[in-house]
Amino acid sequence: MSRYISFRDFDWLLFIFVLMICGLGVMEIRSATSHTKFAGAHIRQIYWIVGGIIGMFLVSLVNYQKLLDRVHWLYIGAIVSLMSVMLFGQKYLGARRWIKMPGGAHFQPSEWVKLILILAVAKYFADLHQRDLTWPDFMKAGAIVLVPMLMVLRQPDLGTGLTYLPIAIIGLFLGGVRFKQAAIVTIAAALLLPLAWHALKPYQRDRLTSFMHPEADSQGSGYQVNQSLIAVGSGGIWGNSEGSQTHLAFLPVPQTDFIFAAFAEEHGFVGALAVMLLYFIVLMRLTQNAQTAPDRAGTFVVMGVVAVLSFHILVNVGMVVGFMPVTGIPLPLMSYGGSSVLFMFLALGIVMNVRMRRFVN
Amino acid sequence: MFGRDEKVSGTRLTAVQYMILVVFLVLAYGLWRLQVVQSDFYSALAEKNKTREVPILAPRGKILDREGRVIVDNYPSFTALLLRDSTRDLSGDADMIAQGLHLDPKEVRERLHKFAGTPQYQPIYLKEDITPDELAFIESHHNELPELDTIVAHRRLYPRNGFMAHLVGYVGEVSEQMLNQPRWELYNPGDVVGKSGVELQYNQVLMGKNGSRQVLVNSKGKEMGELDQKPAVPGHNLKLTLDIDLQIAAEEAMGDKNGAMIAMDPHTGEILAMVSRPTFDPNDFAVRISRAEWAKLVTDPDKPLLNKAIQAQLAPGSTFKILMSVAGWQEGIAQTLNVHCNGGATFYGRRFGCWVKTGHGAVDLTKAIYQSCDVFFYTLAEKLGIDRISKYATAMGLGQKTGIDLPEEATGVMPSEEWKIRNFKQKWYAGETISVGIGQGAVATTPVQLMRAISAISMDGRMVVPHVASPTGLPPEYLETHHYTDVKNIPIDPGGFNLITDAMARVLLPEGTAPSAHIPGVDIAGKTGSAQIVSLKVRALHANNEALNQNGWFVGFTPRRNPDIIVAVLFEGGEHGKLAARLATQVIKAYVDKQRRQPTKVADSSGKVDVGAVWNAGSGDDDDLHGGHFDLEVPKSRLPFAVAAPGLE
Repeated sequence: MSRYISFRDFDWLLFIFVLMICGLGVMEIRSATSHTKFAGAHIRQIYWIVGGIIGMFLVSLVNYQKLLDRVHWLYIGAIVSLMSVMLFGQKYLGARRWIKMPGGAHFQPSEWVKLILILAVAKYFADLHQRDLTWPDFMKAGAIVLVPMLMVLRQPDLGTGLTYLPIAIIGLFLGGVRFKQAAIVTIAAALLLPLAWHALKPYQRDRLTSFMHPEADSQGSGYQVNQSLIAVGSGGIWGNSEGSQTHLAFLPVPQTDFIFAAFAEEHGFVGALAVMLLYFIVLMRLTQNAQTAPDRAGTFVVMGVVAVLSFHILVNVGMVVGFMPVTGIPLPLMSYGGSSVLFMFLALGIVMNVRMRRFVN
Repeated sequence: MFGRDEKVSGTRLTAVQYMILVVFLVLAYGLWRLQVVQSDFYSALAEKNKTREVPILAPRGKILDREGRVIVDNYPSFTALLLRDSTRDLSGDADMIAQGLHLDPKEVRERLHKFAGTPQYQPIYLKEDITPDELAFIESHHNELPELDTIVAHRRLYPRNGFMAHLVGYVGEVSEQMLNQPRWELYNPGDVVGKSGVELQYNQVLMGKNGSRQVLVNSKGKEMGELDQKPAVPGHNLKLTLDIDLQIAAEEAMGDKNGAMIAMDPHTGEILAMVSRPTFDPNDFAVRISRAEWAKLVTDPDKPLLNKAIQAQLAPGSTFKILMSVAGWQEGIAQTLNVHCNGGATFYGRRFGCWVKTGHGAVDLTKAIYQSCDVFFYTLAEKLGIDRISKYATAMGLGQKTGIDLPEEATGVMPSEEWKIRNFKQKWYAGETISVGIGQGAVATTPVQLMRAISAISMDGRMVVPHVASPTGLPPEYLETHHYTDVKNIPIDPGGFNLITDAMARVLLPEGTAPSAHIPGVDIAGKTGSAQIVSLKVRALHANNEALNQNGWFVGFTPRRNPDIIVAVLFEGGEHGKLAARLATQVIKAYVDKQRRQPTKVADSSGKVDVGAVWNAGSGDDDDLHGGHFDLEVPKSRLPFAVAAPGLE
């Protein structure tokens, strides 16, 4: 088996579009935090991006097929790390999501568990070949995702937990789920929904419902949603460089989950649409890479990344425009935050890995 | 590596791409809806978010004396407040804040805790009226303690130590109770209005119209810039008829004695000085008075909040004899009345004593006035009868309000047969008339009422309306309701007028009742009085109780013909009228000195001088305004005539 790997086959186009989105993100973080106690966050964001890029190149060098062969170890590692969060995690704002690292940094395992799940699901469906999905297959695939998902939901971290779901869904969809099976599972899930609702904490329910009537409690649970809508709406077509919602701090913590609202206020409909277009191009390019992958596993891996990225965009932008509840999901590549940035670049590293081996075998 | 080459269904990959497209179209629609369709709506909300209307408080007008000297001023007062930025651990800063503002750290934490539930954009008020060094602390710690801020408000600066406190009054926030009254219905809660004295009476003149500013604020309510301004209209200055020089003399004369003193120009009714004791410090009200302090003022038996000059209703004692003399003369009885006083006389089967136990001997009207013989006036009262006494006394304003332009003036009582029946459903007993003859019994007057009556006699029947504000420049509604310049003429026979005022001039001579009050070279006519507040029998039982001491009265004017000034003194517990007379003549002397342009202590100093109770500052810097200091400008031309006083401390 000859292995000829070259960075000539690296997806430079995809990389450039990703960097453009990151650049806009850094600019917006700088603008949104310049008058706040978060000033300087954009510099840290650049460090994270640089670190992410290095990680991406490193990951692209390791053969993803080797990685997939050992994915069960990674999966066990993921479960162990989630368990250790439950046992030794740092409690912050009522949730146990972080592990304190020796260097003083905080590490959020739920982010990279996402990456392992993408690999695990890809490996599982790739090994099924192309036979029809049986109910036991269905259950097993579901269990792979549901076990860590429930652990994350218990932290509690509703948003991150939900991002695991599209990994399973895309796997099942591409793995050949039949319409009848999908319908039955959807109906069953719908019937279980009221139960899940009861399991939620009151503040989570508030967050999930307040987006439907943000004016109702504009100083309380609806405050963020309301201020976000005002920010986006007052941006108009061409944007408002004064950006009072962001710059006078009416929009709380604009650099993380609400970065797109801050951007939309400053750059208007035109600017927001341009960013959406960049994301669309990235997603289309990723799908194209999935098609040209050397094997089924490669396709599943890339499509897992596509699913997670699309889901993040849908939920985050949906939240900003008032279609979705506030769930604390960042906008990948733009929102401030090390875990999120690292995850995206490592995921892209695997995508690159797949692409660079498309002529292998 | 079997099977891995089998490709994933291309259709399904394409389907995913279309699904992503649909998601993006939906999101783009969401953006379009917000940013294009509803943009104006949200822009308006953003505008509302960041703009706030802040009132600009209009400064209240100053209160000036007759020469334009400032009595009541405003000064910028800073209030320290805490902006609640969630980013800082406020209770961690509490110690530092407490130290800088001279507060108890525990108190600061308690306040933080108390207001924890209120909206974050509302600042917490920490301390009102902070001192310059506390202000400096806040300004120099802007970086370490960004949550500390100040707002400035103009506060009323009153003379200290209760100087002129009753006349000037004080201001306070309009109460809910007041807002329900028609006079205050156009005011808003939070407005600062006059609550007593001139501040209340002339509130419409003194109070300005608040303006407003549109400011840009951030989410914490911190001001980031100004958008628009509607300036405030300041209140008008109010010129009083008072003369600070005389007021100082009156305040000094009263010292810490209880009672009241008023000085007036009998020609015009202009009040020149007005003092009531004990006094209070209106500056305490200007910031915030504690409940305990307020309770102390209200329950004090000496009633410090009462303006005794217009509100105390007491028996006038022997000063009433002047009114009796006029009544007796006009009725043709007093001219020829001669009595022999042997220390008392019996009327209607009861013995009435004279204050001189050994008796005055043969007494006519003149001697009866300067010796204040009771027996003479008992006899006169018996001859006149209560209704004729009442007719003259009422004509001279007794038992009625004088109409002085101050709130809450008391009416007093001038008894008559009809009055007794109306109020007590009882017949008037002739014996009661005898006591009324010497200003005892049911007669009760306020100092201002008594002064106005005697002022009318001193002016040969010309009765004026006392007033404290100069009517020129006042708004029409005041001129319509207050008859500042109204004059009433009471017919007094010139012969009686001459005789009575001549007799009054002898009161301060060696043969009179108050020789110790005599001032060489000054022609003062007056009448002393001392009025019992309980019967002599009760008094004998409580010989050591000073609270039952007689009240000393004196009403005097100078000169005896066509007088320039009349002074009335009520010296509560003063026992003797002559003691009251000595207080009155101090003010008369100050007046005469000023008229004669006598050099005073003021002449030796230059520029700004310490004028006793009025606030003063070392330098003329505006910075010194804080903490309650302003300069009393003494015009150069007036320097030699101003009266200097060492102060009341």
